[in-house]
Amino acid sequence: MRWRLPFSPWHLLLMPLALIFVLPLVQMVLTSFMTSAEINQFPPQYLPTSLHVEGYRHLLQETPILRWFANTVLVSAVAVVSHLVLCSLAGYGFARLKFAGRGLAFVAIVATVMIPIQLLMIPTYLMFAQIGLVDTVAAAAVPWLASAFGIFLMRQFFLGLPVELEEAATLDGCSTFRTFRSIVLPLARPALATLAIFTLLSSWNDLLWPLVAISDDTKFTLQVGLASFQGTRRTEWSQLMAGNVIATLPLIIAFLVAQRRFIATMTFTGLKG
Amino acid sequence: MSITFAATPRTRPPDTTARARSRRGRALRRNLTGWGFAAPATALVIGLSIFPAVWAFFISRTRWNGISAARPLGWDNYRNLVQDPDAAAAAQHTLLLTVLFVPGSILLGILLAVALNQKIRLIGFYRTCIFVPYVASAAATGILASFVFNPQFGAANEALRRLGLPQQGFLEDPGQALLVICLIALWGEVGFCTVIYLAALQDIPRELVEAATVDGASRLRVFFHITLPELRPVTVFTAIWQTITAMQLFDLIWTTTRGGPMNSTQTIVYYIYELAFQTQRLGYGAALAYLLFAVTMLLTLGVLFYSRRNGREAF
Repeated sequence: MRWRLPFSPWHLLLMPLALIFVLPLVQMVLTSFMTSAEINQFPPQYLPTSLHVEGYRHLLQETPILRWFANTVLVSAVAVVSHLVLCSLAGYGFARLKFAGRGLAFVAIVATVMIPIQLLMIPTYLMFAQIGLVDTVAAAAVPWLASAFGIFLMRQFFLGLPVELEEAATLDGCSTFRTFRSIVLPLARPALATLAIFTLLSSWNDLLWPLVAISDDTKFTLQVGLASFQGTRRTEWSQLMAGNVIATLPLIIAFLVAQRRFIATMTFTGLKG
Repeated sequence: MSITFAATPRTRPPDTTARARSRRGRALRRNLTGWGFAAPATALVIGLSIFPAVWAFFISRTRWNGISAARPLGWDNYRNLVQDPDAAAAAQHTLLLTVLFVPGSILLGILLAVALNQKIRLIGFYRTCIFVPYVASAAATGILASFVFNPQFGAANEALRRLGLPQQGFLEDPGQALLVICLIALWGEVGFCTVIYLAALQDIPRELVEAATVDGASRLRVFFHITLPELRPVTVFTAIWQTITAMQLFDLIWTTTRGGPMNSTQTIVYYIYELAFQTQRLGYGAALAYLLFAVTMLLTLGVLFYSRRNGREAF
């Protein structure tokens, strides 16, 4: 008779891997509550003797981190809303509606993924300078209004939906837009959630473009602020880790709240190819 | 009602020109509706990529610092690039990074996805642990990594010390820095591959696996003869995606080594950034970016062509 082991050998693989993936983040949080003396001790200490908040306090006093936080929230909120509206419309257009130039436009959109961002930044910077967008928070948001990835993701999802419901709605005299809004969009909720998460992640975490487009430190986003802070004060580890916690924790919480839906949708959308 | 409606005789059959006109009208309406849906996002994506890319091509054929007038150079920037030892070194570093990162993330992604697809206890906890680093930004990851891999007080060297292994310089050692960056990139990015493979695994028809098991195939045989072939189209997608990720990796390098030590982590995109935004050689930087773009495109088309010829559609 075969034993039904309550213990699976997969644990032996997964447990150490899970630790490798998560321990550095735990150390980040712990270090943010240490004093410099504790951090520089030898041999290294992993637990703070008590919760020191100096790192956070200095960060709040010496940098406009709350401003950076607000700027980042603004950029990400605009990016997510705009992505949800524009990419779902376009995804539906490319998946279901027949119009002249559809194929060419879609190929062009997908091809843009291959263009190195450093190439685009040179003319985009000049363009934004012309219209007075350089050194504003808006400059950080504009490139995130829509994306090839978002259009591709939504199109894949709509292609996988059965077409009968929409046909029935059309026969009942629904306009294309109404069919889209009242029949298709409610069905697309899981795909929209996935799109929202990916957009939040990439707009929140963007470093390179705001680094180039913004030089006034009150207009910084969190990532640029952190990177500039790191450049000037390399050794203040508790402050750097406190900044890291502030920049990372909101997203981790959002991810933990949404992750079940997120993984379920990935299965569903056929993003997998 | 409907019977009455159906029985109502048509008063007059429409003449042919009117029908042609209405057909044209319908086509126009269809095009307008289609573009009404697609135009805003398409205009943004194309306006912020294709248009600047074309402009960048003209910039790449000039010598320009962004302020004074641009001087036309023809193909000189491209010609100089071929002989630029810094560009050659950057290309080498980018190649090494890509060659390590892409297969690494695919193998690790498949392994993790298979492990996370098991019905065992704590699986939700494991999934969360492995995806969380993907959520952290590359900038935060870089700052954290320079702490963990600090040669003096970092946890990495402390772990080696406990194991009785020799201490390492990590990001401060020109011979190791690129490898360490590759490891950190894998730590941060493998969540993406895993989530995609996990999705693909759950899509494999259960009957296939069951039929093979009934026929007496071992688990390993099922994996190699059913699971892996079923994952092929996904692998094409992830290979392309991760290649683009590796070749355009910037944030992590910026927050860890800034191209150092001794230029050992200077990659193509890092060099482009330095040329264009630190030394103001916009034309030369744009030319290098164009070469990178051309290589990416050739690679992508190659992978797509190869996978189509083998009868596996990627997209």
